[in-house]
Amino acid sequence: MHRVTIPIADDEITALHVGDHVSLTGVLTTARDAAHKFLVETYIQVDEPTQELSLYEELKGILKGGAIYHCGPVVAQDEDGAWRFIAAGPTTSIREEVYEPEVIEHFGVKAVIGKGGMGPNTLKANREHKAVYLSAIGGAASLIASAVKEVVTVFKKEEFGVPEAFWVIRVEDFPAVVTMDAHGRSIHAEVEAKSKERLAQLVAG
Amino acid sequence: MNDLTEHLTELIRRAATDLPADVEAALVAAQERETPGSTAAGALDMILKNVALARQQSTPVCQDTGTPIFEVYLPSSASTREISEIAGRACAVATERSYLRPNAVDSLTGKNSGNNRGVDYPTLHFHEWDEDRIKVRLLLKGGGSENVSAQYKLPYAPLGAGRDLEGVRKVVLDAAYQAQGKGCAPGVLGVTLGGDRGSGYLKAKQMLLLPLDEPNPDPALDALERQLLDDINQLDIGPMGFGGRTTVLGVRAAAQHRLPACYFVSVAYMCWAVRRATMVIEDGQVSYD
Repeated sequence: MHRVTIPIADDEITALHVGDHVSLTGVLTTARDAAHKFLVETYIQVDEPTQELSLYEELKGILKGGAIYHCGPVVAQDEDGAWRFIAAGPTTSIREEVYEPEVIEHFGVKAVIGKGGMGPNTLKANREHKAVYLSAIGGAASLIASAVKEVVTVFKKEEFGVPEAFWVIRVEDFPAVVTMDAHGRSIHAEVEAKSKERLAQLVAG
Repeated sequence: MNDLTEHLTELIRRAATDLPADVEAALVAAQERETPGSTAAGALDMILKNVALARQQSTPVCQDTGTPIFEVYLPSSASTREISEIAGRACAVATERSYLRPNAVDSLTGKNSGNNRGVDYPTLHFHEWDEDRIKVRLLLKGGGSENVSAQYKLPYAPLGAGRDLEGVRKVVLDAAYQAQGKGCAPGVLGVTLGGDRGSGYLKAKQMLLLPLDEPNPDPALDALERQLLDDINQLDIGPMGFGGRTTVLGVRAAAQHRLPACYFVSVAYMCWAVRRATMVIEDGQVSYD
């Protein structure tokens, strides 16, 4: 078990290999479809960001050496207005494949957490910018929510809706597995290649 | 009516926060098959811990509480409009109580309705029957598994799949391969042979309401289910796509009549969190199963 604290240093990333179990502690943000589209269109694919600048500064602070969690949680609000995470498993990551390499490079993200794995572009970005992809267990939502100790803040909740907002959370011992490392290995690519061979055999009868 | 809203809310709570016994038993059996200490065994261990925790806390098993799909069996005296309205209200109440995530998004504006009500949302299907009681079966089906569901048209040249049971076997195997771990393996496959593009998918989804531990009454379909379960679990995709011995927990198949020109095979992928629950209303009394 590798205990990893956010912000994460490059040498901690290169020490991780596929199959390693990781326990993550620190402040990270959720981001999924609408959030990734927003990040890329507002801050990255522009000559100079001109909109949402105060949010830009906040996000730069959270994401530098930080982690993104592909998750749309179930939340509850206490009477004093404080938010709590009720259920918070990962969502399917591959939908962010078109955005993630640029997000990793631009913001200096070190860990992307989700489920189902990502493709060759993210694997390449992992290698070039020293980052890892971590698999959380899909559907283990109540268990993972118990690792969320505090909702620090939320951005874009009204505009994007609860599942798609940036939920900035403090986690303790968030459980995950390295399935794409910074050395070019991906469990997802390896399992897919092996299952493709098995499929061919089974189809041939 | 208020009472019935509360009862349907309770049905939603039960579906969202617990798993049926047959599904949990299948997950336990899957864990016992994996090599101790493997990533696959670790994934199943966390899945089972999560199921127990969700049940204990009465919190959602998975944060993607999915599309609520209600299958309602009712006598001719009952009103489908009234039941639809009450089901919608129950979804809104269940959302307020954090049993459901607000999941209904306007496809034109991108705006989340915030209460799980919207155009054709939730989904309801009505079946009139001769009995005096009303039975409501609920399936909560998440988006990750919905995205990897697939429909094939036989013959399917890339796999040499013809218009016969062997062709069906090949394309369902392909659907499981294409899904990898993205639908939250080990899942359950609902499979329909025939029908049209709409009826086939609907029936495949309705098959997910059947228990995993009951044989199919049709011997040919029963044999197909067993063969597919065995074959798919040889793909080594495993829990969450980490590699391993259990890629699916079960396969439930149905056959519909089809047009001479069309042979569709519809595969509804359900994640391991097969959230289904049943409620019966009889003589003003409500019971849950």
